[in-house]
Amino acid sequence: MSERDQSVGAERIYDAEGANLASIKARLSTITYLLDRYGVLLLVVGMAAVSFFLEPEVFLTWRNVSNIFRQISFNAVLALGVFLVIVTAGIDLSVGSTLALAMMTAAVLARDGYPWPLVILAPIITGGLVGTVNGLGLTWLHLPHPFIMTLGTLNIARGLTNLISGGVPISGLPEPVRWLGAGNLRLANIDFPVSFAVVLICYILVSLFLTYTRTGRHIYAIGGNPQAARVSGINVDRTLVLVYTMCGMLAGLSGLLLAGRTNSGFPNAGVGQELDAISAVIIGGASFFGGRGTVLGVFAGALVIGLMRNILNLRNVPVFWQQVLIGVVIIVVVALDVLRRRGSSSLR
Amino acid sequence: MHSDDTPLIEARGISKYFGAVTALEGVDLRLFPGEVLGVVGDNGAGKSTLMKVLSGMHAPSRGQILVSGKPVQFRSPRDARALGIEMVYQDLALAGNMRIDENIFLGREQTHRLFGLFPIIDHKASAQQAQTHLDNLKIHVKSVAQRVEDLSGGQRQAVAIARATAFHARVVIMDEPTAALAIKEVRKVLDLIKDLKKLGIGVILISHRMDDIFYACDRVMALFHGHNFAESTLIETDRNEVIGWIMGNRKA
Repeated sequence: MSERDQSVGAERIYDAEGANLASIKARLSTITYLLDRYGVLLLVVGMAAVSFFLEPEVFLTWRNVSNIFRQISFNAVLALGVFLVIVTAGIDLSVGSTLALAMMTAAVLARDGYPWPLVILAPIITGGLVGTVNGLGLTWLHLPHPFIMTLGTLNIARGLTNLISGGVPISGLPEPVRWLGAGNLRLANIDFPVSFAVVLICYILVSLFLTYTRTGRHIYAIGGNPQAARVSGINVDRTLVLVYTMCGMLAGLSGLLLAGRTNSGFPNAGVGQELDAISAVIIGGASFFGGRGTVLGVFAGALVIGLMRNILNLRNVPVFWQQVLIGVVIIVVVALDVLRRRGSSSLR
Repeated sequence: MHSDDTPLIEARGISKYFGAVTALEGVDLRLFPGEVLGVVGDNGAGKSTLMKVLSGMHAPSRGQILVSGKPVQFRSPRDARALGIEMVYQDLALAGNMRIDENIFLGREQTHRLFGLFPIIDHKASAQQAQTHLDNLKIHVKSVAQRVEDLSGGQRQAVAIARATAFHARVVIMDEPTAALAIKEVRKVLDLIKDLKKLGIGVILISHRMDDIFYACDRVMALFHGHNFAESTLIETDRNEVIGWIMGNRKA
């Protein structure tokens, strides 16, 4: 019986249904497609509207908006890397520790008087190395799941952070690093946070990379069906190592931004931050099963978390409640996504 | 049926072991240009493993593969594809989250250089090429921009075959290509196989369906418990004999 809906030609599908019904379905599936792609942007707009309604005096001032941008910068960069990993159906738990290790590397080099270009490059390279180790562990050691490898490096990187710093904060970073993390670009009449400009550049570059390069498309293919990727001649292992390395480099960059913003390196920086990054990715519509999600979605996901923190701060809601609310938002957003998917698959 | 040319692809004494399990033992196979070779056998007879060896997915534990008379060693399916050997997998190796055209060109995306520097994919051109190719094969889809997961089983099979034939294929290996298809589409696929034949492409067709074998093939060979069991041109055998081979019975 089910043979009827397995026809090769689309004509037969139309035979089975009235043309009218088909056009309604087409329209509905366009709507679900738009929701799929841009639903989280609606959430951002909705939250901004609510925030504006609650705090009309403060919320839309440039001071507050740029403050939000500055605050989400390091999590947004972190989330971008985690997103790449999640597209391959992987996970990286080590980014919070990698951030700390990179931050501390910068602080130690600055303290020992190394020139600022090295202080900027070293944390990114350090992060990249941690990522490469993650990727190699996954592909060479054949560890059953990236969860395990990156759980290992989560501890290793944190331990190394304490080893190189003696477990104490180190303050004082060169001017260019502070400019990256806390500086402003004077645009027209407003001060635009440099760190947020860095975020935008990273997001645009990664988006172009994923859309227009072969490796970028292969990352999605690996997430969609690793077997298909392999038999298509894609070097899956090499691509995975690259993805984890990029994730590590972005975590390193994130650590650099945070070091610049706080003008220091502290050993417990980024504890649990990997969970915020994962939250942004998931709120942004990426799937844990891989192959799904957009850079724009991740950006929106990071904004959602930032906006929520901001309005709760403005309303003087205690920080512990913020945590509870972010947890609720994650569950609600993903539950809605599941419902919507179930709805759209019944349309087929 | 076949000419006395060198075989497009030849397997000599192929053995394949997975740990203590013997999947293939000393198997021979020859495929000539413009020939459709049916491969039959019960589940676990080694058909799929043999095809994975021929397409570079598995390295044989022993034995030799020759392409156009030259010994070759495939380290990956990419090596096999470079020599024009294409496989349509039973489990349809398609990425459901990607568009039809992307699946057709997966792993072989055409790029051009932006500012003479960065190789980037021209999605528009690839969609057009995919559409042309599908038209040539008389495969109809609403749009090549559809995601493969939104297609029916039959449409997915069509995309998988389109993918195998998108580049200069000389040997196309199909593992149960009709298993998930509606009757109407079975014919379509088998006719497509006959079209490939006219182009001098060799096709290896694994199938359980005697109708498929006797409609499309020139020659049939049977595997049993990982060994060559029997082989014949189609005109010299009949359904009952071939079914007997699958069960391991040979006429006295």
